Amino acid sequence: MNLEYALEHETFRDSVRIFLEGWPLEGADADRSLEARETIFRKRAIEAGLVYRSVPTRYGGSEQPYDAIKDQIIREEFYRAGAPGDLTSQGAALLVPTLLEFGTEAQRERYIRPALTGDENWCQGYSEPGSGSDLASLQCQGRLDGDEWVLNGQKIWTSGAQRAQMMFGLFRTEPDAKKHAGISYLLVPMDAPGIEVRPLRELSGGYEFNEVFFTDVRIPAENIVGVRGQGWQVSRATLVHERNLIGNPFMMREAFDDLVELARSRKRGGRPAIEDPGIRQQLAKIEGYVRTSETSNLLQFTAANRGEMHKAMRPMMMNKVFSTDTTQRIMKCAFDLLGGDGVLAPLEEELGTWRRSTTPTGWVTQYMFSMGPAIAGGATNIQLNIIGERGYGLPRDLLKTS
Amino acid sequence: MDFGLSEEQELLQETIRGFAQNECPTTRLRELFDAGFGYDPALWTAFAEMGVAGLIAAEEFGGAGLELLDLALVAEILGETALPVPFLGHSLAVLGVSLLGSEAQRSSILPALAGGEQIATVALQEGDLGWAPRDWTVKADGDRISGVKTIVTHAKLADRILVGLQGGRLAWVDAKADGVEIETVDGVDRTRPFATVTFSGAPAEILHAGAGSSEQLTNAAAVLLAADAFGAASKLIDLDVAYSQSREQFGQPIGQFQAIKHTIARIGTELEPTRGLWWYAAYALDHLPEQASRAASIAKAHISERAMSVARESVELHGGYGFTWECEVQIWFKRIMFDRCFLGTPDQHRERCAELAGW
Repeated sequence: MNLEYALEHETFRDSVRIFLEGWPLEGADADRSLEARETIFRKRAIEAGLVYRSVPTRYGGSEQPYDAIKDQIIREEFYRAGAPGDLTSQGAALLVPTLLEFGTEAQRERYIRPALTGDENWCQGYSEPGSGSDLASLQCQGRLDGDEWVLNGQKIWTSGAQRAQMMFGLFRTEPDAKKHAGISYLLVPMDAPGIEVRPLRELSGGYEFNEVFFTDVRIPAENIVGVRGQGWQVSRATLVHERNLIGNPFMMREAFDDLVELARSRKRGGRPAIEDPGIRQQLAKIEGYVRTSETSNLLQFTAANRGEMHKAMRPMMMNKVFSTDTTQRIMKCAFDLLGGDGVLAPLEEELGTWRRSTTPTGWVTQYMFSMGPAIAGGATNIQLNIIGERGYGLPRDLLKTS
Repeated sequence: MDFGLSEEQELLQETIRGFAQNECPTTRLRELFDAGFGYDPALWTAFAEMGVAGLIAAEEFGGAGLELLDLALVAEILGETALPVPFLGHSLAVLGVSLLGSEAQRSSILPALAGGEQIATVALQEGDLGWAPRDWTVKADGDRISGVKTIVTHAKLADRILVGLQGGRLAWVDAKADGVEIETVDGVDRTRPFATVTFSGAPAEILHAGAGSSEQLTNAAAVLLAADAFGAASKLIDLDVAYSQSREQFGQPIGQFQAIKHTIARIGTELEPTRGLWWYAAYALDHLPEQASRAASIAKAHISERAMSVARESVELHGGYGFTWECEVQIWFKRIMFDRCFLGTPDQHRERCAELAGW
């Protein structure tokens, strides 16, 4: 064990810091929209080899050799500077690794670059009204007709569908095959005739996710990734990609630091709430979870760096539940600190963004939003099944076989 | 940057685990536990022969010269195996003398401890809540000390006792000397028996001139207790998994029911990711002094409390059997009770975290 960085990595960190002095942008560029500024900066960061390191240069990445420590340094320094790094959009984070593993050369050339720049937005068409946790039961149909797929059915909880130019989705293309073997992974232009997007209003009041209806939608036959009927394996492969499993504690730390500031600014009995023994206990208790996440992250990326990921499989499996629960603890404490201000409705501009806001209404928004991760991307109850069965070897649930 | 164990450290843990399984299997552990004394002199002798008694003593004094992380790695396995040996008090005594003893004191005291010829323990706690150096009230009058210390582990066996004094100083005392009264107290954790020790003008050698502070000693104690609790709670989860795979109700193993499966996944998720928390705190003791106090207190508060909740769930997961003396869950349940309550409760350590953060 040695928590000091080697000279090579210290030098690397220095160079990243120097690079990050270029954020925020100055001069004429400073007046552009935030999105435009981020795009400009991200392009520079790709050229500097700091962003999209695992993506080949011919597709718009920076193609750097894998180095878990450098990756960590980049995450730390970009976080510290508040600078735009790898996009965490569905396209950049989920589609691109899938295409790199299973896509044809033509698909990679066509889709990866605009997904990385954000010029083309992607949404994920997985869940259906009858297929949530039991995703492989999905029924949305894809029928091959000549050189086109004809799509019929419905997707739901499709985040960002209203802004997306493209969808990657799972469709049942082999109706006679067994459940998991009848699915294909298709790429769907959202402007194709027959697609209708209907927004769903969220508990918090905003409109982020949608229903998407398909009525005789025709897309080219070549818009399939991987082999017919193997879409399930294609979609799973990127989920279990080891690098993606390493937890990211920065959001939690940021929220916790905000919480401490909130405790300083709110009053209890005429004194700053942070002087209240009960609040101090709560804060220190939550920090125990935050520090756990930070040190577990160190342990996990060391395992990645050593090529010993198998030694950290259990904590990696637990990252999602752990970060969801910890964030909820932070939000519950903030809600306590708000007192009667907890009744305030979120402001319009706070609903449209995941960026943190630490006004009272901003905290109310975050408090409500913190329910989302317990459901999206594999509900906590399903995660607990996975931890119990794959992490601890407990017998699988009895399944009714059709 | 490498936050992982070396091959030597993994081997050290395997060696201790193998020793415990061979020399003190559960049947033997039960005998010692039921006898109420929880100590086997032959076990300690054999344990000390592995070089563990002086793990962190400098090599010039016959020790292995290792770090506090190594000591904590041993503590984890002792928690996992509930090995009834006076390791905790003895190791802390070695550390205290190494930190605060003069060159002459270290060279006269440490070799016998490092070789295991003498057993030592520490008398730090006072009353039910006094644990930190600033809480200590035992007074020194020249080379005589007076006052009362509680929860002195393995005091009846100890040849020497390291005593925390008012003002954070430490004194080295012969446990058999006049003016030292050792009153055994019946504790829940029979793997670590303890006593209340009253010093009435007992002859003592005051440690001085060392570079360290007694704060470092109590920080180390907090980390060792956290590591022990982590090991003990890991053992309980292993027992939970094994039981829920073999116990059947309604024609299936109970581990197939989500009520059981999710409970195990939950307590696992509370515990497993905390491994890095005590690793980090142990590493900080030697390498990141400015972070050491806070890291130690967070580890002690968080892990001992998580482990306690694992222990309570483990009793429940074993049903009626879990509530019996016969079921081995009770051994680790009580080991964790001790780890949680000794030398600062979670509340006390959290308040210390708050103070150190300037909240």
